[in-house]
Amino acid sequence: MSSPNKDSYFLPSESIFPFWGSVTLFLIAFGAANFLNENQIVSGSTVFGMGIVSIICLFFIWFRKVIHESPDYNLQVDKSFRMSMGWFIFSEVMFFAGFFGALYYVRQLAVPWLAETDLLWAGYEGGWPTAGPAGAEHIGVDKAVSADGQFAHIGPWGLPLLNTALLLTSSVTCTIAHHAIVLGQRGKFNFWLGLTWVLGVIFLYYQVQEYTHAFHELGLTLGTGVYGSTFFLLTGFHGFHVAMGTLILFIIWLRSVTKGHFTPQRHFAFEAGAWYWHFVDVVWVGLFIFVYIL
Amino acid sequence: MVLNFLKVFQLKKHILQVLLTLSALLMTTISHVAVAAYEYDFPEQKTQIGRELTDLHHFVFYVCLAIMVFVTIWMFASIFMHRKSRGVEPANFSHSTTLEIIWTAVPVLILIVMAIPATKMLIKMEDTTKSDITIKVTGYQWKWQYEYLADNVDFYSTISTPRDQIDQYNNDAPVPQGENYLQETDNHVVIPAGKKVRILLTANDVIHAWWVPKLGGKKDAIPGYINEMWIRADEDAIGTYRGRCAELCGKDHAFMPIVVDVVSQEDYETWLAANADTASDQIKSVAAAKLAQPKQSVATTE
Amino acid sequence: MAHTPTGLKRWLMSTNHKDIGTLYLIFSLSMLFLGGAFALVIRAELFEPGLQYVDPHFFNQMTTVHALVMVFGAVMPGFVGFANWMIPLQVGAPDMALPRLNNFSFWILPFAFTLLISSFFVPGGAPAAGWTLYAPLTIQGGMSVDMAIVAIHIMGVSSIMGAINVIVTVLNMRAPGMTLMKMPLFVWTWLITAFLLIAVMPVFAGAVTMLLTDRHFGTAFFDPAGGGDPVLYQHIFWFFGHPEVYIMILPAFGIISAIIPTFARKPLFGYSSMVFATAAIAFLSFIVWAHHMFTVGMPLQGELFFMYSTMLIAVPTGVKIFNWLSTMWRGSMTFETPMLYSIAVVFLFTIGGLSGIMLAITPVDFQYHDTYFVVAHFHYVLFSGAVMAMMGGAYYWLPKWTGHMYNETLGKWHFWLTTIFFNITFFPQHFLGLAGMPRRYADYPIQFTEFNQWSSVGAFGLGISQLLFVYIIVQTVRGGEKATDEVWENPEGLEWTVPSPAPFHTFEEQPTVK
Ligand code: HEA
Ligand code: HEA
Ligand code: CUA
Ligand SMILES: [Cu+2]
Repeated sequence: MSSPNKDSYFLPSESIFPFWGSVTLFLIAFGAANFLNENQIVSGSTVFGMGIVSIICLFFIWFRKVIHESPDYNLQVDKSFRMSMGWFIFSEVMFFAGFFGALYYVRQLAVPWLAETDLLWAGYEGGWPTAGPAGAEHIGVDKAVSADGQFAHIGPWGLPLLNTALLLTSSVTCTIAHHAIVLGQRGKFNFWLGLTWVLGVIFLYYQVQEYTHAFHELGLTLGTGVYGSTFFLLTGFHGFHVAMGTLILFIIWLRSVTKGHFTPQRHFAFEAGAWYWHFVDVVWVGLFIFVYIL
Repeated sequence: MVLNFLKVFQLKKHILQVLLTLSALLMTTISHVAVAAYEYDFPEQKTQIGRELTDLHHFVFYVCLAIMVFVTIWMFASIFMHRKSRGVEPANFSHSTTLEIIWTAVPVLILIVMAIPATKMLIKMEDTTKSDITIKVTGYQWKWQYEYLADNVDFYSTISTPRDQIDQYNNDAPVPQGENYLQETDNHVVIPAGKKVRILLTANDVIHAWWVPKLGGKKDAIPGYINEMWIRADEDAIGTYRGRCAELCGKDHAFMPIVVDVVSQEDYETWLAANADTASDQIKSVAAAKLAQPKQSVATTE
Repeated sequence: MAHTPTGLKRWLMSTNHKDIGTLYLIFSLSMLFLGGAFALVIRAELFEPGLQYVDPHFFNQMTTVHALVMVFGAVMPGFVGFANWMIPLQVGAPDMALPRLNNFSFWILPFAFTLLISSFFVPGGAPAAGWTLYAPLTIQGGMSVDMAIVAIHIMGVSSIMGAINVIVTVLNMRAPGMTLMKMPLFVWTWLITAFLLIAVMPVFAGAVTMLLTDRHFGTAFFDPAGGGDPVLYQHIFWFFGHPEVYIMILPAFGIISAIIPTFARKPLFGYSSMVFATAAIAFLSFIVWAHHMFTVGMPLQGELFFMYSTMLIAVPTGVKIFNWLSTMWRGSMTFETPMLYSIAVVFLFTIGGLSGIMLAITPVDFQYHDTYFVVAHFHYVLFSGAVMAMMGGAYYWLPKWTGHMYNETLGKWHFWLTTIFFNITFFPQHFLGLAGMPRRYADYPIQFTEFNQWSSVGAFGLGISQLLFVYIIVQTVRGGEKATDEVWENPEGLEWTVPSPAPFHTFEEQPTVK
């Protein structure tokens, strides 16, 4: 490792991690492509699995290294990290923007156009939710389907509302934790941060419940036309982000509880996780409004 | 402002005149060459819209050409005059607000001049009302289906160029290609001259695009949706016009041509009568079933 | 701390912006050759009507992979290479802000392209739906489409990390006194490019993800039977795709803005308007995307909006062109290879830009669309804009990178051969398009033969000329006249204050900019 150089610049030493990471991404990507197809060249699941194991190890080792190095980081490095995290979150915002855009487009344009196209889709009336002119028939909110070719959708005021409450609360607890660490109150920090990730877990639990309900009782799956597509892709990617966020906060929590990491002055890892958490929260509010309520 | 321009650039008045004359000269020569022959330009149009389109195309082209000539002359003038080998000392100016305002404002004006006719033209082209006949065109991999909606005529049209003219892998014994190589089909589309023909476009598998260059613009044929365009062939345009699929649709994208016969109203009616009888029920029922039956794929709730 | 690692360790594990820059540049050059080789297959097949060498399916694979390799393999990484080398030198930083991430961004690329290229060997061959990967044609493809999709995902990861690195370096690592409005224009254009990258790469990732789920998980985003729309894909793709083309040209503008003042021996004209013009182009690039889709049957108002917004881009771009011309005006010009390239770029890019304006005129685009006129347009902006700007940049900074002067005579030869053959290849394609030859055609009616032959001959000439480029580079790396620190006559910028070749570590002590 290069020597600390607090007055001017910090230059990290050579590292094999990036190369390792590239191999890992290749394994995941190549594995996934094989996995999805019948005539696989290699066993997709094996390669994919290797990639996942590798990425977990990599994260572990890479972050450990960063943690060890972190006393050497000067203010400039700290600022670089902050900026990068901000821009990374911006990229995530754009990722979701694409899906929200798709939702807007199908609801406002595609479905009404299809409904107008009598020559091809006689009798199709559009509306929302819809599984399209040849898809399943929409029978209402939270209504168990009795036959094939029907689906119901999930109303906002049950689980989704609860989940909204959970996530919003977790944003608050996260902020309390932040204040605590700034004031150096370790115990308080551990408690509120712990509560935050626990709320995340509960959220995920309900999300799984909701999906199960949708699949088994409401006839709502990924294949339920555009409604199912947009619903599951938006909530699914969000759920994945919540899972990641929960994991991050959990690890931060573990570091604080077991190793006593983070000081009132230096706790950027926590802050980054918190930013991410707030971002995931905001996306959820968007989802709640545009996917569930409207 | 012009004075300022001259000052900053130390451009003598007569140089400016020479530059302007030169640009005018260059422009006229290039433009004459460029539109001299059809293989350099749009093919001769057989519809009123097509001719207006060509005029608009030429107009825009001349404007762009003028800009290009201006840029060229400016650039080569300084390459010629302001080179170190001629012993010039570099000037040291690095901005001029006046100039920058000029070359922001003038392009805006030029753009407006181009946008006005373009807008008018577009509005005209998108107006598919008051048509005389309507033909529904469906793209398939790799053929076209034509349904004359009011007249019960319905047929497919497939490339009829012999395969051995296309496959020239054996270079020792190439098969000579015919005059209408890749532009011939078994069944032609027939439309009456002078009538507004509304064309409804859709597709059955992937996106295609229907395009007959001499009859004006193209439109995409998109599965599940209907696009509209219209053509009105000139009264004296009787003849055969050839077009092609213009949106990548897989392996045989280059091999799904379009042949349109423009005929007199009389001949058109005769043709309709002959084909309305022969339009086999089989084709019709297949087509009807196609219409009634939703497209494959979508996985409903399992 | 200033040690120089060697061997595998140096290249595989590098955290040095110069080494990583070099890796990027080498990668980009190899991809130019690979993509060029595919282009030569296309041009060979199109030499005559009829199918001579390849079948249409393979032809479509060539078109698709040619474009993907050129865009994502040659041009984008090429500019990242320049960014890596030059941004720290130009803002007075010792390295990029996040050196390990930097190495990560690079090493993803060879793997991503291995993935893409190996799709030639899976059943059904490489993707064949065009680089735009339009649904529903991509829904039909085989496993190769999935490989392309995941390759795009990881390339996206690479681009986003690279872009974050650039932004953070520029915003956080500048030497004292290097205010934003003192930064060289290359840095500015890259800053804005990086912003575009972060904004649109994720959207592209989203688009191909939807393709993937439509292909394998039964979703119906692009399937009308389920209420979706194939055109939705095009909207999302072009929301990415149009800014993408400016991602490929803005850094080129930056390079040109560095070269022209040096050889005109006169400061860049209108620096601040250049900065604003760049920002304006970036802003406009987000609201013009549907000009690629005029024929899909949008509502009239939509068509008008996209026509007007597209035409507007001519204004800031024009500002740039006129500023360069004014920089040359009353300068004291000499015409070394980098300057020749820059002049050619200004000239030829303007041709491409003006044909872009013609394409923007919606009613006539109904005729131009999907013909070789479009192909001609974008090779004028891409090859004679982006690629030739990189060539110019390479000659300009090679002495700084290697410490040796390149062979000027050979450089001039390379320039003239490239320029002439480029025009022979692509100018006739304008005529082909106007006369009615659609793009992505493996075979064509006989009236198009003559210009296709011109184009094919030109392409082979252009390809062979590039071997000279490689020769010159290798020669310069290995030896040659020693370059001075300044290299050129009184050029502007911090990079000329460090020795040639630029030592492994520079600016460990902060320079101060007056
Ligand atoms: C580097 C890449 C690059 C750049 C910079 C541009 C720049 C521009 N492009 Fe291009 N374009 C592509 C790459 C690029 N393009 C590609 C790859 C495609 C095809 C994609 C595919 O389908 O595969 C494409 C396709 C494409 C289309 C779609 C055509 C079709 O498919 O039917 C259109 C239509 O509007 C268009 C327009 C423009 C315009 C208006 C500009 C403008 O930015 C140009 C502005 C510049 C000038 C105008 C010249 C200088 C200005 C002056 C001298 C001032 C005075 C001028 C006036 C007043 C007019 N481009
Ligand atoms: C930056 C981008 C870029 C660049 C640099 C190029 C460079 C070239 N392109 Fe390409 N092109 C695109 C981007 C680019 N292209 C895109 C986006 C498309 C649209 C694709 C689509 O429709 O989906 C396209 C499509 C396209 C077509 C239309 C295909 C079709 O519609 O079917 C053609 C046809 O002539 C073509 C030709 C060329 C040629 C001759 C070059 C030349 O400049 C290349 C010169 C050659 C070299 C530099 C390489 C030298 C190689 C050798 C000397 C051989 C050595 C041999 C080995 C190493 C094995 N390109
Ligand atoms: Cu049908 Cu191309
Ligand atoms: Cu564009």
